[in-house]
Amino acid sequence: MAKKQAVSFKLNGKDVDVVVEPRELLIHTLREKLQHTGPHIGCETSHCGACTVDLNAMSVKSCTVLTVQCEGACVLTIEGFAQSGELHALQESFHLDHALQCGYCTPGMITRAYRLLKENPNPTEEEIRYWMAGNLCRCTGYQNIVKAVQSAARKLSSAAAA
Amino acid sequence: MSEETLQRENKLEGVGASRKRKEDARFIRGQGSYVDDIKLPGMLFGAIVRSPYAHARIKSIDKSKALKVPGVVAVLTADDLKPVNLHWMPTLGSDVQAVLADKKVWFQLQEVAFVLATDRYTAADGAEAVEVDYEELPAVVDPRKALAADAPVIREDIADKDNVGHGPRTHPNHIFTWEAGDKAGTDAVFASAAVTVREEILNPRVHPCPLETCGCVASFDKVRGQLTVYMTSQAPHLVRTVVAMLSGIPESKIRIVGGDIGGGFGNKVPVYPGYVAAIVASIVTGVPVKWIESRIDNISTTGFARDYHGIGELAADSNGRIKALRFSALADHGAFNAHVSATKLPAGLFSICTGSYDIPKAYCRVDAVYTNKAPGGVAYRCSLRVTEAVYLIERMIDVLAQKVGVDKAEIRRRNFVKPEQFPYTTALGWTLDSGNYHVALDKVLKAVDYDGLRAEQAAKRASGQLMGIGISTFTEIVGAGPTKVCDILGIGLFDSCDIRVNPTGSAIARLGTMSQGQGHATTYAQIIATELGLPSEEIQIEEGDTDKAPYGAGTWGSRSTPVGGAAAARAARKIKDKAKKIAAHLLEVGERDLEWDVDRFRVKGNPAAAKTMKEIAMAAHTSNLPDGMEKGLDATEYYDPPNMTFPFGAYVCVVDIDKYTGETKVRRFYALDDCGTRINPMIIEGQIHGGLTEAFAVAMGQAVPFDDNGNHLGNSLMDYFLPTSVETPKWETDFTVTPSPHHPIGAKGVAESPHVGGIPCFTNAVVDAFAHLGVTHMDMPHTSFRVWQHCKSLGVNKR
Repeated sequence: MAKKQAVSFKLNGKDVDVVVEPRELLIHTLREKLQHTGPHIGCETSHCGACTVDLNAMSVKSCTVLTVQCEGACVLTIEGFAQSGELHALQESFHLDHALQCGYCTPGMITRAYRLLKENPNPTEEEIRYWMAGNLCRCTGYQNIVKAVQSAARKLSSAAAA
Repeated sequence: MSEETLQRENKLEGVGASRKRKEDARFIRGQGSYVDDIKLPGMLFGAIVRSPYAHARIKSIDKSKALKVPGVVAVLTADDLKPVNLHWMPTLGSDVQAVLADKKVWFQLQEVAFVLATDRYTAADGAEAVEVDYEELPAVVDPRKALAADAPVIREDIADKDNVGHGPRTHPNHIFTWEAGDKAGTDAVFASAAVTVREEILNPRVHPCPLETCGCVASFDKVRGQLTVYMTSQAPHLVRTVVAMLSGIPESKIRIVGGDIGGGFGNKVPVYPGYVAAIVASIVTGVPVKWIESRIDNISTTGFARDYHGIGELAADSNGRIKALRFSALADHGAFNAHVSATKLPAGLFSICTGSYDIPKAYCRVDAVYTNKAPGGVAYRCSLRVTEAVYLIERMIDVLAQKVGVDKAEIRRRNFVKPEQFPYTTALGWTLDSGNYHVALDKVLKAVDYDGLRAEQAAKRASGQLMGIGISTFTEIVGAGPTKVCDILGIGLFDSCDIRVNPTGSAIARLGTMSQGQGHATTYAQIIATELGLPSEEIQIEEGDTDKAPYGAGTWGSRSTPVGGAAAARAARKIKDKAKKIAAHLLEVGERDLEWDVDRFRVKGNPAAAKTMKEIAMAAHTSNLPDGMEKGLDATEYYDPPNMTFPFGAYVCVVDIDKYTGETKVRRFYALDDCGTRINPMIIEGQIHGGLTEAFAVAMGQAVPFDDNGNHLGNSLMDYFLPTSVETPKWETDFTVTPSPHHPIGAKGVAESPHVGGIPCFTNAVVDAFAHLGVTHMDMPHTSFRVWQHCKSLGVNKR
């Protein structure tokens, strides 16, 4: 076993310190050491996106990021979306537009959609489908996910305009 | 209905309301509780050592290096499980399956040893360090070669058995022969028929692949002798019974807890070796043990579906009126017959294969065989073998249409069971309780402008373009089922609901089913709300914890609404009967003087004299009750359905195929479903979107391929096709409502229809694009490469 290393990063705005083996994946650190079980493991090969987190303002699949790569990073997970009890527009629209069923892909989906709307606040349906293609859902057929992202985009833009 | 009454009814959010889901609140916050989220004090992690070979003898297993890895606690093999007699386990198919390989391995990635360690990395290190010496044996991969005289014997352990639970075996690799219908009568019709057609009907091996893999946390409390297993099970009560039978622990001391499940689609019905190994490991060590399957292990070893190799035939008159259906198939069950089915139905519900059509004679024969592939299979988003059955009839009727030169919609109309024929008993013995097929088809054809599409297709064909129109007018069979026909391990497939109404008029209901995304906590509450006149918002639903919920067979085969939903309605009606007696007592009138009004009983002719269900709930907990009446307001129903339910639908798919790349673009998919009474239209639509997407996946890309030695050629998400948002088509949905006459609220179940009905619709569309070239057959999956190869062999893409 290789020597463990101390890693410090910001998780949903709070400083965290962990001691990990160099080979430990971020998803395992988040889920098993930091009790953030929102991001899930679906494939271990970066295909399904259930483990998607936002790392330094980029969507990453935390099953293929080493925790030691996260020194000094800013990590956002689904647990960081609701602010003082208020749901994020995406969380609300996923509920209202029935964009989830079993819920397993949902944290990754919302986290990915968050990055999409940060970079493209008014995406077309085609753009949404393209941007979300790294996140698999086995239940919804994506139609309502697209709808939810559109609803959230509208809501966020009107809030920004106000 | 008055405005005031309507308002009261809307407030209940009962049957028919697109009520938002109660489950969502935790999922959108990342607060779901899936099995891998569970962490118990002192918990060990189990990793499985798996076979690299599809068929081999195990000469030796050396654990010594693994045991030296710091953090590895134990390595279990079949020899360690033998003293407690848990190295083999019974399957749902009346066979046995090795929990850990016993002297032999029978399929690639089979479970050989179970390494226990303090965390998942160390467990993986330990598994790496276990040394197994194998002697490779020739493998049987193609089921068509399994019954050859010189085929290698796969199951030497049962070589001397001439019967493994379902009748005589004719070869060491043969499991059973299943027959249904009138063979002589059917053959006679074929012998004299004006027209006959024959086609290969292949459903390749696929996998349901829910986003969450299988797993469990087994926790044995040595002091109390109690076993708790948190697991991803679609059928927790049946699992508890199996575990009791296996372990000898009294069933009352076993608790299975479902929690949240990240999709099932059939994958999470059986009991897998990993669960048993984890349970044994926890019993041995006395600490909790977690086992979580990897994606590759999931696709490779647990819960494959289909692998059904058939020949379909239809006999008809010259107008395309079907006179008989004949079918034979080889079913590849892999190395152990772990096929999920009702005990008396080894080929499942395949005999629904006459579909929506009035077919006077039919005969089917299925031979199940062993191969050196993973055991199973499961019903992938369908009832037992119903996808295969519907694929057969919906493909064959298209083949017949092409042969007799009748339009593919018209030939269906000519053969439909007519509304006045219901209840209609099929040639294979099922009684279809209701249906209205002509209306459904006509509505869809009008919506898509079918005539216009055919005209466009003719023009495209004239200019060398490939456009296909697929139709599927399927009838499903779901809701297993009547206990006289359906049991598993002797346990009838009834289901249950236990409702308790609290003094303040809220209620909790517990059911024997298990949601995996279907939204039961939302929809069951709606059923009870309408029955009892209590707001659905105040009705809590619980499932999946066997210590709390009454016994039931779980959620699979679209059985939750047909069976669990019926139990909920009937338990509520028992409560309502008692409530009526209380209301009569309180209002000092006879029961016959009362009438039900949304949420209250009122005196006929004097609506102001009424008692609401909430008032009655309180009264039920006071001394002011009719003489001799027990306190409380609760009821339990164990519901044994009198028949299956038969949802149906009419689908149209339009595809454009690029003959130079083989790419198939789904231009339009219009799905009309009739699931009887609609409990929550929003959830129904969501289920249909999801089912159609899974149908698209199966038809257009899914297969679990092997080489001749039984090596997997694609068992990660790198290769196994799960459609993304980019390639998934847009779905248009529609409905008709033909209530089931025997279901308490007329509902039929819906989640599987789009998968079952969708698959042949896609194939029919792809084949239809080539129909003018005389093509009647193309095997799934219709990947671009395969379609391109087809274009090439037909010479249509020469420049």
